[in-house]
Amino acid sequence: MSKSEKKVTSKDEDKKKSDEKAIGDAIIAAANARREELAKEALATRSNKTLPKVVKEKPKEEKPKESKPKEEKPKESKPKEEKPKAAPPSKTDTEEESLPEFEKSFVDKISSQFTGDVEVGYIKENRTRVNVKKEKILEVAQFIKDNLPFDHAESVTGVDFPEDKEIGVVYHLGSYTDPTYSKQVLALATRVPREENPNPGNDSTKLPSLRDMFYSVEFHEREVFEMLGVYFESHPDNRRLLLPEDWADLPPLRKDFRNKGR
Amino acid sequence: MAEQVIPTKKMPPGLQVENVDDRIMTLNVGPQHPGSGHMRIIVKIDGDYIVDADPDPGYVHRGEEKMAESRNYITNIPHLERPVIHDSCNILYPYVLGVEDLVGIEVPERAKYVRVIAAELNRCIYIQYWLAIYGIFLGHSTMFMWPAGDRELLIDLMEKITGARVTHAYFIPGGVRNDVPANFEDVCLRQVNYFEKRIKEYADIFYDNPILKARTEDTGVLSREDAIRLGTTGSVLRASGVDYDLRIKEPYDVYDELDVHTNVLKSGDSYARSKIPWLDMLESCNIIRQALEKMPKSGSIRTKLKPNPKGREDEVYRRVESGRGSAGCHIISRGKPEPYRLKLSVSSFRNLIALPYLLKGEKLGNMPAVYWSLNYWPVEADR
Repeated sequence: MSKSEKKVTSKDEDKKKSDEKAIGDAIIAAANARREELAKEALATRSNKTLPKVVKEKPKEEKPKESKPKEEKPKESKPKEEKPKAAPPSKTDTEEESLPEFEKSFVDKISSQFTGDVEVGYIKENRTRVNVKKEKILEVAQFIKDNLPFDHAESVTGVDFPEDKEIGVVYHLGSYTDPTYSKQVLALATRVPREENPNPGNDSTKLPSLRDMFYSVEFHEREVFEMLGVYFESHPDNRRLLLPEDWADLPPLRKDFRNKGR
Repeated sequence: MAEQVIPTKKMPPGLQVENVDDRIMTLNVGPQHPGSGHMRIIVKIDGDYIVDADPDPGYVHRGEEKMAESRNYITNIPHLERPVIHDSCNILYPYVLGVEDLVGIEVPERAKYVRVIAAELNRCIYIQYWLAIYGIFLGHSTMFMWPAGDRELLIDLMEKITGARVTHAYFIPGGVRNDVPANFEDVCLRQVNYFEKRIKEYADIFYDNPILKARTEDTGVLSREDAIRLGTTGSVLRASGVDYDLRIKEPYDVYDELDVHTNVLKSGDSYARSKIPWLDMLESCNIIRQALEKMPKSGSIRTKLKPNPKGREDEVYRRVESGRGSAGCHIISRGKPEPYRLKLSVSSFRNLIALPYLLKGEKLGNMPAVYWSLNYWPVEADR
C-alpha cells in the first residue's frame, strides 16, 4: 500500500510540478501580453489617436487666433502700464483698438444685453471682468450660462472694501466644453453693502446664490459666508466650512479683524 | 405638547438641528482616523451602504490668505508653499507668475526651463507620496514601500537643486532662487531614466493587480457631465473623459515649446482616477528629458528685483496645472508692497465637492478607495 501510494504520490508530484511550470509559464506569458497591451495603450494615448486628435487639431485652429493677440501684445502692454496713471473710465474711446477682439466680442454680448446694469471691468488677453449690480446678478449669470460656453466656477473671491462700505464678490468662470474658450476666465463681480457690526445672515450683507446655475459654487460660497459674512440666500447648505461651528468673532477676512500681534 | 414645554430657540445661521433616525447611523470618520487625513467625513449609513456623506474640512486651516495680506510679496513665498509641501513648486507657481505680472518683470529663458524641470520633478514627488498612501489604504503594503523609496531619488535631486528636501521655496518673482549645480543635466537625466524604469514596474504589481481592479473598478463613478458640472479639475476631470490640461490649454513659461501630451481615460471610476497620476508621472519624465535638451547651457537664472517691490494697481488671476489639478491664484494689488487680497483657488478644495456625490450609494468599505482616488490633500483644501 505504502509503496504504491508513494509511487502514485511521486508521480502526482511530478505532474503537479509540470502543471505548476505550465501554469507559471502561462502566467508569465499572460503578464507579457498584458505588458505589451499596456505599452500599446500608452502609445495610443500618447500619439492620441482617439481623444488626442482634438489636441492636435486645436493648435491648428487656435493658431490664427493666437497670432492675433501675439501681434497685439506689444500694443497692449504699453497701455497696461499707463492705465493706473490715466483715468480708467476714459479708456473706451482711446484704447478700444488695442483690446483683444475675441474677448471683447463675448463681453460685448453681455454688456449689450444688460445696458446700465453691467459695467466692463477690464478686457485683457484671456482675462475679462464684468461688474454687475447685485440685483441683476442672477439674470446675468443665467444669461452667461445659456448663451456662452462657461460651464463651471473656478473660484469665488470675497474682498472687503471698508472705505466704500462694501464687500466685493468675484466669481471666476471657466469653460471645459468649448476648446475655443478653454483659455478664458470671466470674472463676474458684484458688490454688497457692508455693515460695521456684522451679524452674518441677519443683516443687509446678502446675495442670491448662483448654485442653481453653477453647481460648483457650493463650497466656495460657504467659504465666503464664513470668511466675510456674506449670506447667500437660496443656498441649501449655509453652514460654516473651515471655521469652527461656534465661531463668535468677526468674519476673519474682513479688514477690521486684526491678526494677533500685528 | 413637547414643543410647547421646550422653548424653541432660534438657531444662529452657522448651526443646525438634526433629526435622529432609528435606521440610519451616523459615523464620524476622522479627523484622527488615519484613513481620512486631517479632515472629518460625517457618513450616514444604512446597513453597509452610505446614504449621505458630509465632508468637514478645516482642522488644519491656517489662514494663509489672511497672513498674505500683512506680508510683502517676497516674504509671502515661504508660507504660501506650506499648503502642499510635497508639491511646493507647483503650489507656488501661480503666485509667482501673478506677482511677475503685477511687478512687470521678465524671466530669463534658462530660469523658465529650470522652473519647468523643478515643477515636473515636484509633481512626481507629490504623486509618489500620494500613491504610497493610496496603496497602503487599499491594503497593499508593497505599494507603500516602493513609491516611498523611489521618491527619495527625486528628493535627493531636488535637494541638490534647491538645498531643501521638501519645502524648497525655490521659485521667486523673476526666476529661481539659485542656479542648478554643475553636471546637473547628466545627474538629472540618469536619475529620471532610472525613475521611469522603476515606475513602469508599478503596472505589474499594482495597476494590473486583479485584487486592486476588483476593489476600484466601477466604484465611485463620475460621469463626464457631472465632472464638468461639479467643476472638478486635474486627475478627477481627466479620468472622466474631459481633455483639459492647463499645460496644453494655457501654456505658461516654456510649456508651449515642449511636446506635452495629456492622459485621458473615460471610465471615471476610482481605478481610472488612480491611474491618471501614474500616467502623468511617465509624461513628466518625457517633459523633463525634453527640457534638459532644450535648456540653455548658461545664462542668468534671475532678474533682480528692487527690494520690497510694489505691485501696480491691478488684479491678476493666474493658474497652473499642479500635481492634483488646476491651482489658481487671484491677487488684488493696490500699489503697495503687500497684496490687498490674495485668494488661492486650489484643486483639492474644488474636488472636494465631488466627494459626497461619489460616496452616496457606495458600500462603507469602498470609502478609502473613493476618497483617496480624488487626489485630495486636506491641508491644501484648508489653506
